[in-house]
Amino acid sequence: MGKRVLLIEDEPNIIEAISFILSRDGWTVHTHEDGMTAMDKVLGFPPDMIILDVMLPGRSGFDILRDLRGNDLTKDVPVMMLTARGQEKDRDLAMRLGANHFMTKPFSNTEVRDFVRDLMRA
Amino acid sequence: MNRPQRSQVMLHRANYRQRRLRDAAKLLPALGVLLWAIPLTWPAASQDAQGGIGSAGLLYVFGVWVLLIVLGAALASMMRPIIDTPEVEGSEEE
Amino acid sequence: MSFNSLIAIALGYVIFLFAVAFLAERRAIAGHSNWLQSPIIYTLSLSIYCTAWTFYGAVGYAARSGLEFVTIYLGPTLMMVGWWWVLRRLVRIGRAQRITSIADLVSSRFGKSTQLGIIVTLISVIAGTPYIALQLQSVTLSFAVFSQVEGVSWDQADFYRAAVWVAIGLAVFTVLFGTRNLDANERHHGIVMAIAVEAVVKLLALVAVGAFVVWGVAGGPGAMLARIDASEINLWDQNSGRWIGLIFLSAAAFLCLPRMFQVLVVENADERHLHIASWAFPLYLFLMSLFVVPIAVVGLDLLPAGSNPDLFVLTVPLNQGQGGLAVLSFLGGLSSATSMVIVATLALATMVSNHMVVPLWLRLQGSQHATMSGDVRHVILLSRRLSIAAILALGFLYYRVSGGGTALAAIGLISFTGAVQILPAMIGGVFWRGATGVGAAMGLITGLLIWLWSLFLPSFGADAIISEAVMTNGPWGLNWLRPQALFGITDLDPLVHGIMWSMLLNAGMFVIGSLVTFPAPLERLQGAQFVNVFDHSNAAPTWTPAAAGAEDLLIMAQRIMGGNEAQAIFEQEAKAQGKAGYLPEVTLEFIERLERELAGSVGAATAHAMIGQLIGGSSVSVEDLIAVADEAAQILEYSNRLEEKSKEQERTARALRDANAKLTALSIQKDAFLSQISHELRTPMTSIRSFSDILREGEMSTDEQARYAGIIHDEAVRLTRLLDDLLDLAVLENGQVVLHEQTGNLSDLLDRAVRTSGAYDGRLTILRHRPDENFNLTADLDRLGQVFINLISNARKYCDAATPELTIKVGRSSMGAFVDFIDNGSGIASDNQALIFEKFSRLTDGSKAGGAGLGLAICREVMQRLGGDVAYLANVAGGAFRVTLPPAKNPAKLEQT
Repeated sequence: MGKRVLLIEDEPNIIEAISFILSRDGWTVHTHEDGMTAMDKVLGFPPDMIILDVMLPGRSGFDILRDLRGNDLTKDVPVMMLTARGQEKDRDLAMRLGANHFMTKPFSNTEVRDFVRDLMRA
Repeated sequence: MNRPQRSQVMLHRANYRQRRLRDAAKLLPALGVLLWAIPLTWPAASQDAQGGIGSAGLLYVFGVWVLLIVLGAALASMMRPIIDTPEVEGSEEE
Repeated sequence: MSFNSLIAIALGYVIFLFAVAFLAERRAIAGHSNWLQSPIIYTLSLSIYCTAWTFYGAVGYAARSGLEFVTIYLGPTLMMVGWWWVLRRLVRIGRAQRITSIADLVSSRFGKSTQLGIIVTLISVIAGTPYIALQLQSVTLSFAVFSQVEGVSWDQADFYRAAVWVAIGLAVFTVLFGTRNLDANERHHGIVMAIAVEAVVKLLALVAVGAFVVWGVAGGPGAMLARIDASEINLWDQNSGRWIGLIFLSAAAFLCLPRMFQVLVVENADERHLHIASWAFPLYLFLMSLFVVPIAVVGLDLLPAGSNPDLFVLTVPLNQGQGGLAVLSFLGGLSSATSMVIVATLALATMVSNHMVVPLWLRLQGSQHATMSGDVRHVILLSRRLSIAAILALGFLYYRVSGGGTALAAIGLISFTGAVQILPAMIGGVFWRGATGVGAAMGLITGLLIWLWSLFLPSFGADAIISEAVMTNGPWGLNWLRPQALFGITDLDPLVHGIMWSMLLNAGMFVIGSLVTFPAPLERLQGAQFVNVFDHSNAAPTWTPAAAGAEDLLIMAQRIMGGNEAQAIFEQEAKAQGKAGYLPEVTLEFIERLERELAGSVGAATAHAMIGQLIGGSSVSVEDLIAVADEAAQILEYSNRLEEKSKEQERTARALRDANAKLTALSIQKDAFLSQISHELRTPMTSIRSFSDILREGEMSTDEQARYAGIIHDEAVRLTRLLDDLLDLAVLENGQVVLHEQTGNLSDLLDRAVRTSGAYDGRLTILRHRPDENFNLTADLDRLGQVFINLISNARKYCDAATPELTIKVGRSSMGAFVDFIDNGSGIASDNQALIFEKFSRLTDGSKAGGAGLGLAICREVMQRLGGDVAYLANVAGGAFRVTLPPAKNPAKLEQT
């Protein structure tokens, strides 16, 4: 069984796309759609890696990232941020908050795959 | 195609002439004062053995007069009769 | 030539002048005034500067003091040649401000001050009276010369009798042509024409005598010059103070003499005349002076020792048996004297009347303001006529009292010095905004006192008014107050002494007074208008016909008391005059009434200023009233501003803060909007790109392929819709939208909307009350349908009730018909209700992120374009939107169904 990736994202079609890409590459993909409860989900089932959208219903991805980095259980879990806003200051904020990678939508499938591979190897 | 630009230059030059004419008109009374102050350097008749400056002085004073009239007439004839050009004394831009 | 025929010639000449004046006046009234207003006439009219004192006296002056006589002409020459500096400005101000005299200029400049007008008038009358006396003397003297030829020697009584007749004749002429009517421009075509003719006569006369002397007696210019050199006259025997002092004095007097101001400024018909006059008048002066020395030299040679050199112009031709030339010369002298007296009297009378008599009369009238309206013009004319008579009487009296001796001859320059006391206030007033009325009054009074003390009173001769003892020791033994050695300066020529001290202290007090006092608002306003005359005024204020005048008056009145009130007054007046509309005839009564009304709004000062304008010459000059109104409005504004300064500042600060906050909010909004658009566009693009990659990579089932292709399709549609919405919104917001009006039934429209929004899928129950919906409306129904679809779709998407229901309710309020869309969900939190109509509003609870998008923003834009509105209904359970329908275009259509 491959390593577990948790995808926190609210767009169904994007969830399906990323799940498809990563599953085919051998990962086990879990998904979660709501920002408010995302932290509970992570803590109840610590994944090997998290892909986190910024614009989430209920709670922003940045807030969740801050909580992740503030928690001993999750502070070392690699996090890749996804955003559709594509602003430089969002990238800066994400990196400052401790994201391992920041990806702007739309992305190419190989890009997602390669970064996940890199992050898991490290 | 160059024509509008050229006429602009000409206009500007004409304006420039007009401004200098005004300057000259302003200076004319100063010239008059200067020339008519020269008699002050003449010796007074009662102190002068030759009986003073005589008719030469008369000719000088009237000569200056003619000069001022001629200069004034020349300036006035060259000045455009339009006085309405908005003008702020001392702030002409060139 | 008999004395009687001389009288006949003189009378004939006078009748000729009357005729000239009369014809000129007639032509002017008939509107043929172009020719009368030529630069030549203007130049010739300036020649009143050359009075009998200069016509006869210059030769005497040259015989006594050589070249010095010429200073009297050099000053004006310099002034004319340098017209660009002062004259141009004075003429422009005179026209812009409708100046009627030099007293009016000073008074008007310093806030229309009555006191300053009186001071300047007093100075002018005191300085002018001896001068008029001088003219009377010269005319009577010239008569006496001719009677002497006949062997009749005049005694004092004969002189006085002649002087009385001359004075009466001049008074009649001046009254006839100077106070014919109250001219709006205070111009007198008849008088100007007559003095122009006289100018030609006197120039011809003097040149003729001069030519006779040079070519007839001396034998050509060369011989003449030799004769001058051999003469006993010392041409240049100068004490330098007098040469410069007199040039200055004559230059200043040229501006300040009331009669010169009259012809230079008041009678000026066109600023451009200055162009020509700037050299033509110096030429005139040049010609007038050219033969003065030759005549003096020849006169001294030919005539017996002790002959009066002041009369050489007459006596040399007589001595040579040239009777005709002598008569011409006599007419020249007569012309010089009469033209000067006429204009001087007219100018002085205008000043006396406007600044002393009429204000006094108005004050005496006092409370009976209501009765005075019709009388003003009569009063002004009468007071002018009486003033003319009084001034000539004063001149005669002075001549009589002074005895007509040599004391009078010396008065010319002293008279000049008196008039010149106005110079600092005038020049300061038109060049220096900081000059104040108090400063001007201080300077004028100081100058007047010093002039009286050091020049005028001593001119009556030793022991006449000031005793010999006071002259040598000073009053009360105060040495430093000796009239001709003020402050211990003893070695100066008395005239130069007087000019120097009066000018220095006058200007000094003026400057100091201006520096330490604060001008009144009206004064500051006038100061700005005078000093900046070239920025403010048009060259020629045109005469406004009465019809336009009423309109202008209305505009002015509205400026002060507001539109409705002003219009009411005008309408009322028009009705009283039996005219339709709201523009009455501009009558004195009406202006009077308007003035009172205005006084009620802006205070008595305005009313007073208006009366001032009224007596200033123009009876119904609308421009003047407008000028006053503008001043009043500005003053009002000014004082209001002072009062509200703190409030104003506070308001400004607040406005600035608001603007700043708005700007910040805007830029934040703009940022948010851009990032929102980016998000909305990238999200579908992400799916499209990702699934196209997946499809390209292959290795999947057909089902999967179909499914992924479907996703791509859906997302592409979403993307397209979004772009359409964006464009739609942009078009709506820029107001470029074209509305296609149709008429249709509301119920049908709602049916279509429900169908299109896909609400029949059973997820959402829609409740309607069809009878209410059954009416026609006219609007862009497609657009309105778009709004309905949007609201129904929103309910379908976001209503969070277990069994979602949407009630569509049609009703009527004061705003018109409306359609409510109310669902049974939890609605929108109150702090979000204001946001939902914003583009891409993201509600803070985040439950519908990105969902609302542009829909509601478009709805709002559409409804506003249609003339209706869409709003969120607070205080209703569930999500509730009210669409207020556009007002019915044609009520009849509404009734049809």
